[in-house]
Amino acid sequence: MANIALNDSEAVVIIGSGAGGGTLAHELTRHGIKVVLLEAGKRQSTQTFSQVPGEAFRQLTWLDARTQSGDWGVKRDFPDLPVWHCKTVGGTTVHWTAATPRLQPWELQAKTIYGAIPGSSLIDWPLSYDELETYYQLAERRMGVTRRNGIPGLPASNNFKVMYAAATKAGYKQVHTGHLAINSRAFDGRGFCIQQGFCVQGCKMGAKWSTLYTEIPRAEATGNLELRTESTAVRVEHNDAGRVNGIVYRDPQGREQRQKARIVCVAGNAIETTRLLLLSESSKFPNGLGNSSGQVGRNYCHHITGLVWGIFDKPVYSWRGATIAGVVEDEARNDPSRGFVGGYRLELITLDLPTFPLVGLRYGWGRDFASIIEDYRNLSGMFINGEDLPRPDNRITLNSVVKDAFGLPAANVHVDEHANDVALRKHAQGQITKIYQGIDAKRIVPGPVPPATHNLCTARMSARLEDGVTNRWGQSHEIKNLFISDGSALTTAGCANPTLTIVALALRQAEFIAGELKAGHI
Amino acid sequence: MWETPTVADTYRIIRLCKDGARMNRRKLLKASAGVLTGVVVSGSPLALWAKGRAWTMDLAALSTADAATLMAMVRTILPHDKLDDLAYAQVVKAVDQQAHGDSRFAALIEGGLRQLGSDFGKNGESQRVEILKKIESSEFFQAMRQKSVQILYATPFAYSYFGYEGEAFSKGGYLFRGFSDLHWLPEVPEENSGPLPAKS
Repeated sequence: MANIALNDSEAVVIIGSGAGGGTLAHELTRHGIKVVLLEAGKRQSTQTFSQVPGEAFRQLTWLDARTQSGDWGVKRDFPDLPVWHCKTVGGTTVHWTAATPRLQPWELQAKTIYGAIPGSSLIDWPLSYDELETYYQLAERRMGVTRRNGIPGLPASNNFKVMYAAATKAGYKQVHTGHLAINSRAFDGRGFCIQQGFCVQGCKMGAKWSTLYTEIPRAEATGNLELRTESTAVRVEHNDAGRVNGIVYRDPQGREQRQKARIVCVAGNAIETTRLLLLSESSKFPNGLGNSSGQVGRNYCHHITGLVWGIFDKPVYSWRGATIAGVVEDEARNDPSRGFVGGYRLELITLDLPTFPLVGLRYGWGRDFASIIEDYRNLSGMFINGEDLPRPDNRITLNSVVKDAFGLPAANVHVDEHANDVALRKHAQGQITKIYQGIDAKRIVPGPVPPATHNLCTARMSARLEDGVTNRWGQSHEIKNLFISDGSALTTAGCANPTLTIVALALRQAEFIAGELKAGHI
Repeated sequence: MWETPTVADTYRIIRLCKDGARMNRRKLLKASAGVLTGVVVSGSPLALWAKGRAWTMDLAALSTADAATLMAMVRTILPHDKLDDLAYAQVVKAVDQQAHGDSRFAALIEGGLRQLGSDFGKNGESQRVEILKKIESSEFFQAMRQKSVQILYATPFAYSYFGYEGEAFSKGGYLFRGFSDLHWLPEVPEENSGPLPAKS
């Protein structure tokens, strides 16, 4: 590991070590570029991951105060936890379930294909699918994605057998164990999936791709990376010319430190990335860094999600097996005759027993509530992952009352669902109900809208400055040496789980940054 | 969102369960405000090795009567008839522990208990449900509901009762222990599934 001086003004500083930041750190250090990687959380390992669900949750989750507002179901069902992502080295790639579908070409042209929809702020991506595809291929090879490049799919679990039988009986054709960044056989020095069902607790096999044990140690091995854990960025600083030139952060002892920087890449997950840009306001950037358009934090997308459980009269033992190893892809298309634009995927889901009644069920108590859990052995589940429409007022802002441990404003998450969002979810819930009824489920239980795990689009790439925060490289429209390197930079959400796209964009951005540095442009 | 009994708690409870009948109750009472007691019933998963065993749990903040009222409340919130009292007692234990160290929480529980009255547990289930419905929006009820859902299903007793097998890493995962043993539906074609990885 490198030892980079606080006053080294040649350093590239990356904030956040997840899918975007961790991948970018590896790519830049491979190019011989010195990188300081700041991570707010601690470093765990496959040895230290807790196997007690409640403990694992506390070990990995970002639990600092957040508030929320708006009419989305999360506010009612999870008032203290609007979003669920990680605070640990590796970021959310430690607890993710590793679904890695690609966005489809038409999803990058949402505005053109869907048309102008009142109440939404849709735009097209400022890059083509062809451009992105090259990096999808690189990302899939890097991550060992199943059903790509000759890597077989994961074998069908009990839970998937239910999904497959039911969905194919309902007429669906594209039903398989999914594209997953989980090893179906040994790959890249990591073992194969032994079907623990504990993807969310951190994969103790390391069979699931995570920057924690792939990109980050490789970046360290180049000798060009200094990873600083328990180091929370609180402000990005700039010079009189409006170039960013350093980061103020709190070290593990809570002391303020200042790291000089030639380039700053923010990859703190959309909520914290937004918060950091807004906290970095100055007389030159009174609305927050890179925010003259007022778009920082706006157009927040999180995917239209939902859970539906089918209960059968025979055991399923859904917990035995990789959490999300199954998908129905037929609805991942744009067909306005369904009553909404955009598509959705139905993904397999299971939750461990302690988590199931907390996250998997709507609020309830008494005989009816308990009777669902009585059938825990006999249930099978599906998770909806649909495209949500960007709205200018669905946004992340600073809460003027609630503060974090350093006395800085907490983030507020505001979501009012668009009629299109509501129609999409209703359609998906209806389809799952039909699917399960077709194989004689004795009961269908719709779950709540869980806390958002996909936090996207709040610093979106746009062709024009007034529509977004970053250009086609995730580079700030206004500040040439400020980059956004996480899900915030996605232009629209599509209906693909976002990590593969975040990794592909990070690989592409790394090439751009290395080239620009070499050319002396930044 | 989550709170679970620690491993130490669990072993302690199991020890109490095994040794309960022989425990020196007088000694326990000296150190605590109240006690919860019970007997492992047949039909409970614990009955295999502990049927008929008496257990005793000392409390730090709650009185014996209050603990019994809370037991009745938790059983009404999450009624699983054959799930042993010992599992429910873990919820009460967690409430007791929090009340011991958190005076605001203790006052909340005390106020709620006053509202429920000391005869709450003597009512039949439908009456208990009616009483709880009336206070459903109260902070007391919501705190008790949340604690109940957080703790009950995280106990080893609940794992056993619901057939949940828990973490599998230490046993080599479920790959060769039933992850694909469902046979009441057709098998999935190879192209939609995938090969089992080699055992070697």
